[in-house]
Amino acid sequence: MPDVTLRGISKSFGTVEILHDINLEVKDGEFCVFVGPSGCGKTTLLRIIAGLESVGAGELSIGGRRVNELAPAERRIAMVFQSYALYPHMTVYRNIAFGLKFSGGRKAEVDAKVRRTAEILHLTPLLNRKPRDLSGGQRQRVAIGRAIVREPSVFLFDEPLSNLDAALRVNTRIEIAKLHRQLAATMIYVTHDQVEAMTLASKIVVLNHGRVEQAGAPLELYHRPRNLFVAGFIGSPKMNLIKGRVVASDAEGARIALADGRETRLRKIEAALAPGQEVTLGIRPEHMAAGTGGPVALEGSVDAVERLGEASYVYMHLTDGTNITLRSPGDSKVEPGSALTVSAASGAVHLFDADGLALAHIVIPA
Amino acid sequence: MTRPIARPRLGRIAVHGALLFYTLVAIGPILLILVNAFKSRRAIFNEPLALPTAKTFSLIGFDKVLAKSDFGLYFLNSLTVTIGSVALVLAAGSMAAWALTEYRFRGNALLGLYMAIGVMVPIRLGSVSILQLMVDLNLVNTLTALILVYTAQGLPLAIILLAEFIQQIPRDLRDAARCDGIGEYHIFWSVILPLLRPAVATVAVFTIVPIWNDLWFPLILAPGNGKQTITLGVQQFIGQYVIDWNAVIASLSLAIAPILVLYILFSRQLVRGLTAGAVK
Repeated sequence: MPDVTLRGISKSFGTVEILHDINLEVKDGEFCVFVGPSGCGKTTLLRIIAGLESVGAGELSIGGRRVNELAPAERRIAMVFQSYALYPHMTVYRNIAFGLKFSGGRKAEVDAKVRRTAEILHLTPLLNRKPRDLSGGQRQRVAIGRAIVREPSVFLFDEPLSNLDAALRVNTRIEIAKLHRQLAATMIYVTHDQVEAMTLASKIVVLNHGRVEQAGAPLELYHRPRNLFVAGFIGSPKMNLIKGRVVASDAEGARIALADGRETRLRKIEAALAPGQEVTLGIRPEHMAAGTGGPVALEGSVDAVERLGEASYVYMHLTDGTNITLRSPGDSKVEPGSALTVSAASGAVHLFDADGLALAHIVIPA
Repeated sequence: MTRPIARPRLGRIAVHGALLFYTLVAIGPILLILVNAFKSRRAIFNEPLALPTAKTFSLIGFDKVLAKSDFGLYFLNSLTVTIGSVALVLAAGSMAAWALTEYRFRGNALLGLYMAIGVMVPIRLGSVSILQLMVDLNLVNTLTALILVYTAQGLPLAIILLAEFIQQIPRDLRDAARCDGIGEYHIFWSVILPLLRPAVATVAVFTIVPIWNDLWFPLILAPGNGKQTITLGVQQFIGQYVIDWNAVIASLSLAIAPILVLYILFSRQLVRGLTAGAVK
């Protein structure tokens, strides 16, 4: 079965080390998304899996077979590029058929496959057009068609949606999700957009500076980020991070002094905390509310309010200058410039130590 | 819609004036030859700038060239040499350019530099040793000698120009082809070369014109045995004491024809090739 396994993969360009000791397993049929800021090495990692970059160190296997030395075509992968990379001088039909012809398919067989693929992607009326006569979304579908016609065991997508406009991006995202269900194939998808990652993935791999920060199911990353980087990267708007210091800790919970001088009580902390320890509290905007309803209360003044209709995002700063964001109901009456107290339940707080590693996570409501 | 900013009237007139002047300088001699090719000898000397009239019209030059000399043979020789050389230059040049840009190997940069030197040093400097080499190879008075020399002459520029164009082809295309399982040769022939068409046309014209017009190498490498090219063939009408102007002008106007045809065929591709990359 086409599991993709990476063991100790490293890669450097010249003296610059791009990837450090990547260990990863993508199971058969999984939709795995590599996500991270630009320059984190996610595209390089994808190109290594594709065989377009050589493996620096470590072992890469697909379906239990070591493929380090194999050419892209022998790995039975297909890749969809960010720029689509359609052959500009060929019609859509020829673009899709090109790879098949060279792998020695019989003409009638190739023709049947191309037409079936075109059918799946609604490309049939476009088969005789050249790429320059297509819209961005259509080109994207041709690029995907070129991949699926080869019936690969692993699909690789390199930021396939980043050249599309917002509406089309959502549509194509849903199409890709459908396609994944339809083909039940292993897919590896690179993006810098955490919304794409959350919506598409069955497994997200968060990369930063060439290291895997965390890998797991989308909601696992959302609810239990392993460190500050993942906490800040997954979720939109970003998680609010508030500095604090442990005052006292016992079996019941902990008292933490926040940077603005307030003290807050957290109940049932799983981690052992030492008095005087520097910590960071992480609270997602959607887990906070205006008012003093929860034990963790913060006071600040409102800088801006974005009204989206179904919700309003309130951007405010605390007395010590920390910026925080609050997701409040769409009919919120908060005005910019006003003072506001917000609060969260003690179970809604993530706790990170001075090195940014998670100490405690929110209590996930059952 | 953005419109180009209208330049001051005077500036535009100056630009057009300069362009018109250059056009005149470039086309003038060609027109002069074409006009005089259809005139009698007396008319050529009396009124060189006049158009042929019923009185001065004469085809004597063409008659001499076509009927009384081996013009057809010379023409064929030129054609063979030019087409042969250009075909070799384009085939070898495009492959070399592809290899130099696409593959990282030891000596890559050095080889590129070696080619660049070929552009800077005129091949005529090596005339003596080339002649010696051709004598040793028993290739004097053959078209093969000319084809070999012209291929060497055209290759460096062709490689540098084509490499530049190949670099502009998006990397993703080659990677996509590799993922599609296309072999390296087929990537070159089926993906890269079709996209290089405007560049190939440009390089072809740049290569053809100097070869077709060259007098030097035909003179020293293949001056006899019916291997003369057209530029050399014309020389037989230029004697030590008498120059048969009718025949010279008629054969020159015939010699211009293929280059003109070529230009008309390639001009669109040529312009695209020359300006490629200048505008997105």
